[in-house]
Amino acid sequence: MTGMTGILQTKRNQLIALAVLGVLLAVLPFVAGAFGQAWVRILNMTLLYVMLALGLNVVVGVAGLLDLGYVAFYAVGAYTWSLLASAHFDLHYPFWVLLPLGAFLAALAGLLLGTPVLKLRGDYLAIVTLGFGEIVRILMNNFDKVGLPWSDKSYNLTNGPRGITGIDGLNFFGFKISNGLEIFGLQITSLQLYYFVFLAFAILSVIGVSRLQHSRIGRAWQALREDEIAAKAMGINTRNVKLAAFAFGALTGGLAGGLFASMQGFVSPESFGLLESIMILAMVVLGGMGHIPGVILGAVLLSAMPEVIRYAADENMQEKLFGMVLVAPEVLRNLIFSLAMILIMLFKPAGLWPSPEKK
Amino acid sequence: MMADMLFTAENITKRFGGVTALDNVSMEIPRASIFGLIGPNGAGKTTFFNTLTGLYQVDEGKFTFDGQPLNVKAPHQVAEVGIARTFQNIRLFGEMSVLENVMVGRHVRTKAGAFGAIFQTAATRREEAAIMQRSHELLDYIGLSKRAGDKSRTLAYGEQRRLEIARALATDPKMIALDEPAAGMNATETIALRELIERIARDGTTVMLIEHDMRLVMKVCQHLAVLDYGRKIASGTPAEIQKDPAVIKAYLGGAHTEVTK
Repeated sequence: MTGMTGILQTKRNQLIALAVLGVLLAVLPFVAGAFGQAWVRILNMTLLYVMLALGLNVVVGVAGLLDLGYVAFYAVGAYTWSLLASAHFDLHYPFWVLLPLGAFLAALAGLLLGTPVLKLRGDYLAIVTLGFGEIVRILMNNFDKVGLPWSDKSYNLTNGPRGITGIDGLNFFGFKISNGLEIFGLQITSLQLYYFVFLAFAILSVIGVSRLQHSRIGRAWQALREDEIAAKAMGINTRNVKLAAFAFGALTGGLAGGLFASMQGFVSPESFGLLESIMILAMVVLGGMGHIPGVILGAVLLSAMPEVIRYAADENMQEKLFGMVLVAPEVLRNLIFSLAMILIMLFKPAGLWPSPEKK
Repeated sequence: MMADMLFTAENITKRFGGVTALDNVSMEIPRASIFGLIGPNGAGKTTFFNTLTGLYQVDEGKFTFDGQPLNVKAPHQVAEVGIARTFQNIRLFGEMSVLENVMVGRHVRTKAGAFGAIFQTAATRREEAAIMQRSHELLDYIGLSKRAGDKSRTLAYGEQRRLEIARALATDPKMIALDEPAAGMNATETIALRELIERIARDGTTVMLIEHDMRLVMKVCQHLAVLDYGRKIASGTPAEIQKDPAVIKAYLGGAHTEVTK
């Protein structure tokens, strides 16, 4: 890594590196598309995970508040979009209402979680946040029959475990992304269009989160993580600073949730389980807590790796290597994945790309 | 009351259940002076310090600071009023750089919010530049400029103590309270610390020193107060304190006093 940062010292080289990265990111969906649209979808999910990991990084990596229920905010964003832009209630609000609303409601949920846990730290905080994540999922599972104490009627709010189908896609003032696009004979599929939208949001998240992290409030978050008593003695109102961390982390998650619903066209509580929260946390920890490039790397690796292993570990490959199928592909996939995570934590306990020792 | 007192404590009493940790303690600290608070272990120095900094509420008595009644409900308000502190067991932000540690100290004197940070408004950029400049000045002041980019946990012990002082000074305090700053320091480091303390007072910030190192206290302080079992048993100049029979008794024990008599 030292060599790389060395090269990136001069402004000119930085610009060149940025341009190369830009071209790569622009070509990527078309390369992936050549292997099948499933790969484009994987790319899109990776971009959403980058956003989620960045959001969780604000809470866990920067402010040092362990959150095991982060996926709840993703769910809030996704359900906001799904309920207000689908056949379920026959509501069809535009994206410029839904995305900000989803982000806002997620931030509100962040405050809702943040307020009762202000005095908790470490394990205790983890347990409560874990519970919060489960509460949100269970609510979505059971809000298909919401009764009111003063009437016998029950309302179907979330359609329960069956989930919500027929969700509107992104629709830019009349231009429907789901139709795809043809310019100069180049066929761009709807998933590839989603890729560029998600990429834009991911880049905005990177810029927003990194600016926050290197600001007065970002330093207050880090001070809180390092030593709460000393932070208070420096005049930092730790209550407000903690709530801000929960709210901003949740906001990013809510935004990603709305985008997820628009691309997927279907959401159900199943997508927002504890395992998902842990996965996002693993991205942050494995990448390098509190260090944005590390967190992005973690998100890209952990969301893409299972898919790559899925192809590498299938029956055909095993037939070729051993002459028979030794382990069911799904089991092998989890096995390799877990092993990789254990190895990273053993040899790189601070993450793959931790923040540098000298700034 | 004397001419220009920055801080006064009047009849402070603090009880924990049946134990009276502070019993009717009064003291006055003149502006821009170095004031020492001493006493044997368990005398109530830290309790006094914690009531003053808002960690505990007093049962009786009142503090006056800079002409106003000092009435803090939460620890973070103390820095705002103008009292900064360091810690007996160093509490730096270890994973943050030396410079960032000092920059955190500017928090209470600045106001940029999340909106300004995300959109990099002109006001935020200006404020950030000012924070940066002031923090570099303070690192110069304590002689740690060369280490600005290093993580603060990599500093040597004496340097960490000095950085804590710089971080406290970054809050623009009227009074800086140092809780046993010489603890664990060798002779050279203690001399450097003494010079720093004297410089801070010369530059107009009142220093309140809680310290066990008698040599340092006697040399550097203009006024002292001695606590024992929660009561103030003596106050005055170092020369007066050194001769005070009650102080000698508290430090060396009753039997010894009788022998010297």
